[in-house]
Amino acid sequence: MALLNDLVNMNLSDHTESFIAEYVWVGGSGMDMRSKARTISKPISSPSELPKWNYDGSSTGQAPGEDSEVILYPQAIFRDPFRGGKNILVMCDCYTPQGEPIPTNKRNNAAKIFSHPDVVAEVPWFGIEQEYTLLQKDVNWPLGWPVGGFPGPQGPYYCAIGAEKAFGRDIVDAHYKACLYAGINISGINGEVMPGQWEFQVGPSVGIEAGDQMWIARYILERITEIAGVVLSFDPKPIPGDWNGAGAHTNYSTKSMREEGGYEVIKKAIEKLGLRHKEHIAAYGEGNERRLTGRHETADINTFKWGVANRGASIRVGRDTEKEGKGYFEDRRPASNMDPYVVTAMITETTLLWKPN
Amino acid sequence: MAQTLVPSLQCPKGIACNSRRMVSTKLWNSLLVPSHGRRSRKGGNAFKVLAVSTEKSGVVSRLEDLLNLDTKPYTDKIIAEYIWIGGTGIDIRSKSRTIAKPVEHPSELPKWNYDGSSTGQAPGEDSEVILYPQAIFKDPFRGGNHILVICDCYTPAGEPIPTNKRYRAAQIFSQQKVIDEVPWYGIEQEYTLLQTNTKWPLGWPVGGYPGPQGPYYCAVGADKSFGRDISDAHYKACLYAGINISGTNGEVMPGQWEYQVGPSVGIEAGDHIWCSRYLLERITEQAGVVLTLDPKPIEGDWNGAGCHTNYSTKTMREDGGYEVIKKAILNLSLRHQEHISAYGEGNERRLTGKHETASIDTFSWGVANRGCSIRVGRDTEKKGKGYLEDRRPASNMEPYVVTSLLAETTLLWEPTLEAEALAAHKLQLQV
Repeated sequence: MALLNDLVNMNLSDHTESFIAEYVWVGGSGMDMRSKARTISKPISSPSELPKWNYDGSSTGQAPGEDSEVILYPQAIFRDPFRGGKNILVMCDCYTPQGEPIPTNKRNNAAKIFSHPDVVAEVPWFGIEQEYTLLQKDVNWPLGWPVGGFPGPQGPYYCAIGAEKAFGRDIVDAHYKACLYAGINISGINGEVMPGQWEFQVGPSVGIEAGDQMWIARYILERITEIAGVVLSFDPKPIPGDWNGAGAHTNYSTKSMREEGGYEVIKKAIEKLGLRHKEHIAAYGEGNERRLTGRHETADINTFKWGVANRGASIRVGRDTEKEGKGYFEDRRPASNMDPYVVTAMITETTLLWKPN
Repeated sequence: MAQTLVPSLQCPKGIACNSRRMVSTKLWNSLLVPSHGRRSRKGGNAFKVLAVSTEKSGVVSRLEDLLNLDTKPYTDKIIAEYIWIGGTGIDIRSKSRTIAKPVEHPSELPKWNYDGSSTGQAPGEDSEVILYPQAIFKDPFRGGNHILVICDCYTPAGEPIPTNKRYRAAQIFSQQKVIDEVPWYGIEQEYTLLQTNTKWPLGWPVGGYPGPQGPYYCAVGADKSFGRDISDAHYKACLYAGINISGTNGEVMPGQWEYQVGPSVGIEAGDHIWCSRYLLERITEQAGVVLTLDPKPIEGDWNGAGCHTNYSTKTMREDGGYEVIKKAILNLSLRHQEHISAYGEGNERRLTGKHETASIDTFSWGVANRGCSIRVGRDTEKKGKGYLEDRRPASNMEPYVVTSLLAETTLLWEPTLEAEALAAHKLQLQV
């Protein structure tokens, strides 16, 4: 049992009732993930049974040094694919000792929106397509690209296979199984148009789940790239020029959209989104202006337009939805570094709660 | 084994090595030997896959464990990898989705769609191309109940897109005349392995050439056989997946290999060949080696790569079949140009009349003659029944096209009597 491997993979269930809970939260930049672990001494069945915890907020830019405790409230539990056994990952959000959500806590507001009775009645579904880029460590140049140069132009890489076209598949495949194991509603993966770029989709998730699952999926992904010795980037335009950016297209539907006559509900919802284009764009991710240029399958950041099967639009409606008269639509504006709590809550708020004057 | 497998990472001065990690022998062993003694979470005999190797000490490689994770104890969900052919007609594309529970038949799987504008198969303003699941195979990379799905492509209106060659083939294979004749295919897929970056054949010295052909066909030895691990891994992966792989051998040109799929009936032949090509390129991807199906990868006194297609019908396999074979050859001789134009891009560089090929402009046939367009085995001649081998198709041929064209020309098409008589005389065939 001397090998590091054996110790890391040891199954504790034979020896103790205790298990390990990794508390995960979002740090001061709104995009960096942090986590630390603690031992839980007896079995639990829901997040509310887990103790609140705290961390040093002055080390993550979330609190001053003289009053540095930030409190972690456990919100969602997943199986830990790295420790196995009964061990868990816990998605948390952050509060001051007085019980106020700190500024980077976007979940609190989202939870309020999702518990509004009008929203609960409409059962909002989300399917989020998270794109990301893998970079070589130390040089921060995309995986598979020659250092100091560029690969051949885009075309051969989308959904491709082969050593000269697909870079990093092991990370993507390990992530897929790890998420299934953890209990995340991962619905698919694919290689993207830019070499070294990949995408996974989580959904359909209802309401606040979408954000919880997406954050834990991102956490698992970064843990895996850490193991692989590769750097993960959610930058929306990692390489300027004739290379695709990375987005987080968010597919959305409500009960009325999924039922007969839903297409009309969809069109009305899209209209309302059009009237709040600037507010949404401001909340859809830092640096998105480098990505939403009107080229590379995006719509220009200042323009709002929608279309059926049109990948150059802000909102795309699938042919199926048009044909069946009901379904869902895809908001293509969010950048890969968007906060899923913010985006899902905002789309819900604009389409279900907001009234244009 | 690591020696022959890993391409020489000779980095010219001043240029950093490609960060692609070197493959260690230990990890490759796990690909070929059933896992035992290695700790694994349930399902210990699953086909283990090669993971990215982390050479740093003190870092446990947990990637392999995740890749080999048996998800069955935790969820009924399976992963389905949808596979299709891209815009060039030879590039294979795939992406995966979660299916709620295991399935038995392609009809249980949902249709899907992809961004055709990224594969040269649709314009950006109307980019959805629809995937229809057509054949299921077991996934040797993910194990468990996970599957590979061979699909073909349609417009949203339900029309096959131009690169969808399966559709027409399926139509031909469902004609009663063809069904009655139970057409069998045995396809011999040749391919060449290239070193990444230099794109020079595996095992060849960069900037130079190996000794001339002769020692390499079916050979063994570190100086004669390059990339056997890929061929062997592919063999087992195909058997696991449910592909009808019938054999493999090292080829005449060093770095070149062949495997055979068959006998397959009708449309299956195409499905099995495409899935086997997918598995091959996934394996070369893991090995850090480039796969090429180019019919003449190296100019000069080096063999090309073909996709000889063995073919027989029910009546060819029964007593008196040899006459049926000769009639089929006659039909084929009268449609030589049509077949050649459908037998793969760049075939003219390969079919020169040398290196065991017939010239591209001439149609010829013969018993045991490897320099002909069509070869008939001695066995077939002796027994008076059997099959024929069409040696014309290139390694980059489209199997749906070739198999259905053979069926069409020999079973559904009839020449005029004068043309038939002339051809019979030319080929000295008494039919």
